[in-house]
Amino acid sequence: MQVLLDNSDKLLEAFFTTLRLFLVAGALSLVFGTLLAAMRVGPIGILNRAGALYVTIFRNTPLLVLLLFVVFGLPKLGLQLGYFNMNVLALTMYTSTFVCEALRSGVNSIPLGQAEAARSIGLGFNQTMAQVILPQSFRAVVPPVASVLIALTKNTSLCSIFGMFEATAAMKGLFNDNATARVWIFIGIALGYIVIVELISVVAAGFERRWRVA
Amino acid sequence: MAASVLFDTPGPKTRARHRLYAFVSSAALAVIIGLALWQFWRKGQFAMEFWEPFVTPRIVNVLLEGLWQTLLAAAFAILGALVFGLIFGPGKLSDHRLIRWPSWLLVEFFRAVPLLIIIIATWYVIGPRSGPHAFWALVIGLVLYNGAVLSEIFRAGINAVPQGQSEAAYAVGMRKSQVMQIILLPQAFKIMLPAIISQTVVALKDTSLGYAVLAPGLTIAGKLVFNEFRNTLQTAFVIAVLYILANLVLTYLATWAQKRFAGEHRIEVSAVGAITDLSTGNSQSGAATQF
Repeated sequence: MQVLLDNSDKLLEAFFTTLRLFLVAGALSLVFGTLLAAMRVGPIGILNRAGALYVTIFRNTPLLVLLLFVVFGLPKLGLQLGYFNMNVLALTMYTSTFVCEALRSGVNSIPLGQAEAARSIGLGFNQTMAQVILPQSFRAVVPPVASVLIALTKNTSLCSIFGMFEATAAMKGLFNDNATARVWIFIGIALGYIVIVELISVVAAGFERRWRVA
Repeated sequence: MAASVLFDTPGPKTRARHRLYAFVSSAALAVIIGLALWQFWRKGQFAMEFWEPFVTPRIVNVLLEGLWQTLLAAAFAILGALVFGLIFGPGKLSDHRLIRWPSWLLVEFFRAVPLLIIIIATWYVIGPRSGPHAFWALVIGLVLYNGAVLSEIFRAGINAVPQGQSEAAYAVGMRKSQVMQIILLPQAFKIMLPAIISQTVVALKDTSLGYAVLAPGLTIAGKLVFNEFRNTLQTAFVIAVLYILANLVLTYLATWAQKRFAGEHRIEVSAVGAITDLSTGNSQSGAATQF
């Protein structure tokens, strides 16, 4: 217990890095994932197939291998972005595929009858989307997107292997210096992650309530 | 949702516009891929010395040995996780608070915590050395994490069996454990099978975390290779291809199992971090997503 208090400044800094990785990679993943989902549902065949290929490749590659490729590999191609940016890049490449699939499944979960009803009272494509489909899909995608973001939070722990001093790296450091207090260190770090996960979950529940349909 | 419901059949103008979009986007994709390949070539990354290891018998053997260790770890992990899930999944549904609450705590804890810190902590507990120590740290970490996820899948699967089944079983005089073992679990298993196979994809991907604790496996074999030949890009590429192939086979199996056994049944897994299901054993909302 004392170990956690003694190193609280170090731990806060580490969790701040975890949060920064999560926020930057999360925002980028949402943007890029939405773009991918648009490609996947749009009418352009080639973009559809390119999106599907991208999702298949990066969803099935372990994040660790992707990080190896990006963080240790890209410098060999002359790309020097700094450790933080490269870690974020790999996290984004990986997470955006899950965002894409979550969005797609959310939109697909809206019953077909909704679109049919909107069309049959004379709404055009834009009106149908803006007034009927999207408002409902917002709510439907909240839980799966929240799951993706929670997984991203947990995945930032892998960045400890690739030069980031974040919570997992801090845990390893404390483990080495304080052999007797490892249980407390583990519980402390785990609780830190759980707080972040719980925050995402609470925010998601709030959005779900706000966008509740009837 | 069928796209055809959303808009009218495209006319000649729209089709021409779509052709233009298709042309522009293919050109853009070709430029991106071309630039990437050109950069590879410019930096000499296609050089034979970097790719040759993957056709050299000695190195191929190292990688195959790594692949074997990885598959072994994944197999142990899934078997252990199934046992874990079989205990704590029904445990979360128990009528006794003394069983339900600890099960809930254990499952939700390991679901919410990053797998890597579980593996590292286990590794320090059983002795931070490479070799078998690291291998079993990886397996135990995977069992705890995937077991927690499977517990939740089991709970959801048992809840997906129509309620009339257990009512009928009670009506013919079965006891609680009989209802669970003879009526609910066998039917739930069919519904859960696709989700279980999807989880093996996750477990297989997560065996790559053995890299962090020096556990023998594909990623550590890869590290040996790229430390010797300085070919990180190529090694990462080869390992990724191996993982992707293995995962595609499993994904195909899961889709087949979904069609063959589960049909229209979908299971409702509660979201990680949702605290709603403590008192009832049921969740408000959720989505089965795999990572």
